[in-house]
Amino acid sequence: MSTNPTSTTETPVSLSASAAGSGHGVPAGGRQIKMEEMYLNMGPQHPSTHGVLRLGIMLEGEVIVDVIPDLGYLHRGTEKLAEHRNYMQIIHLTDRMDYLSAMNNNTGYVMVVEKVMGVKPPERAEYIRVIMCELNRIASHLLFFGTYGVDMGAVTPFLYGFRERELVLDLFEKVCGARMTHSYMRIGGVAEDLPSGFIEQCLEFIPYFRARLAEYDELLTYNPIFMDRTKGVGRLSPERALAYGVTGPMLRASGVLYDLRRDEPYSVYDHFDFEIPTGREGDCWDRYFVRMQEMRQSLSIVEQALAALPPGPVNLKTSRVLKAPEGEAYVEVENPRGQLGYYLVSDGGESPYRLHIRPPSFINLQVLPELLTGLKVGDVIAVLGSVDIVLGEVDR
Amino acid sequence: MADRNVGPLLQTLAGGDIVLTEADFFINWARRSSLWALTFGLACCAIEMMAAYAARFDFDRFGVIPRPTPRQADLIIIAGTVTKKMAPRIERLYHQMPDPKYVISMGSCSNCGGPYYDSYSVVKGVDKVIPVDVYICGCPPRPEALMYGVLKLQEKIREKSVRQEVTPTV
Repeated sequence: MSTNPTSTTETPVSLSASAAGSGHGVPAGGRQIKMEEMYLNMGPQHPSTHGVLRLGIMLEGEVIVDVIPDLGYLHRGTEKLAEHRNYMQIIHLTDRMDYLSAMNNNTGYVMVVEKVMGVKPPERAEYIRVIMCELNRIASHLLFFGTYGVDMGAVTPFLYGFRERELVLDLFEKVCGARMTHSYMRIGGVAEDLPSGFIEQCLEFIPYFRARLAEYDELLTYNPIFMDRTKGVGRLSPERALAYGVTGPMLRASGVLYDLRRDEPYSVYDHFDFEIPTGREGDCWDRYFVRMQEMRQSLSIVEQALAALPPGPVNLKTSRVLKAPEGEAYVEVENPRGQLGYYLVSDGGESPYRLHIRPPSFINLQVLPELLTGLKVGDVIAVLGSVDIVLGEVDR
Repeated sequence: MADRNVGPLLQTLAGGDIVLTEADFFINWARRSSLWALTFGLACCAIEMMAAYAARFDFDRFGVIPRPTPRQADLIIIAGTVTKKMAPRIERLYHQMPDPKYVISMGSCSNCGGPYYDSYSVVKGVDKVIPVDVYICGCPPRPEALMYGVLKLQEKIREKSVRQEVTPTV
């Protein structure tokens, strides 16, 4: 929106060697033509910025010369607030960072506190965590599928994606009562055991959703218009991706086979058999396709986890006001958007001395200017959508 | 004219296709039946707002259709945390909307700061910046709650009169 009205800077460019100082009204051959570099403001109120990102785009004609992201419109001071809350109260703050994958955020946070305290949750709790994280990955990628379709001018995927996402949210609602901000994980386990009927509902959802994924491929993935707009656009080479510290589906779309669930397995991910989808080109379509493939793998992990779900308690019944011993720890988990890291320093009190968060979206976003420079203005949305940022996490 | 609220106030004249009604009633009926909302999501609540527009909840049946520009919007739904950096932008967007305009504050953050009640960067309620018609509680409110909020706003519009139309200023 027009927080900063369009302004122009004029750069006179001489087209002819004999042009200089020939004055007004001189016919072609001795005339100066002014090339205008235009400043285009996009956001913070814009339907396709996926939140409140503001981009300052410098254009030369239709070609992007430079992009300056302006962050901070959703800075809520999570890290500072964490220093004034006790360990249990921070769980709900982590929900609201990457609000599309609250379960994954919860898991990372409780894991870092468990690491400092030196406790290990019961095995059943670990399995439930994996089930919830993978279901949340599906819900998150479904939202990406829907909004990316809208970004590319196809409204139907939005309706389809949300239709299936509601079914996942129904499962979450059954487990913890909340649709989006779950706060289901607890230090030393999960809040409660799975309710009756959950496993059956989940097993019904899996084959239903597999069929829907095939439908999505027919609808959008191989749609010629969609492919024209995303194939070969916004290429990110594996070297640049690694240099920028890009993680998650964006890194894997560039062809780097790296996934924390496989390479540094946490929780009980080493018990399951799954593949890590990668792309070849590192373009927008690959980033889209990797996410679509990941949903299939998540379904398979949920299926395996439900089959092998061990009996037993689901938490350690830790006290509500707990104190972590002095120490520090760093834990990373594979979020739908990349590696989410928590660095916790405890001084032995009821709340952390410092809690630093490494948000994947924030790190992935910094590659945007490089991806966009040289492209046409119409590609901004295609590239920005494929990075799949959540501003709650970028700004924290 | 299948709207059940239209019934008693309309009089059909005998022998012709003419109906009589009050100007207030007619104008309010038109205003409340097609509230075009500005698409402006701030945080988590925006996702529930999107869910309300999507397949299961189908916001369109209340006449609520998303508009990407404030110049064509009647309603702004403040869905999410209002930070100090964002507050001036919200005020500006509000002033860009044509009269009559309505504001729904969706979720605890925009009602009063919510979970960020003690954060240094969060405005404790959007009503510090623009006037609010309906507050919806929840963190985030469910799509059903948002629909209920819109129905409440429609009730509020029904009571208004064009004769004393004043836009509140802050």
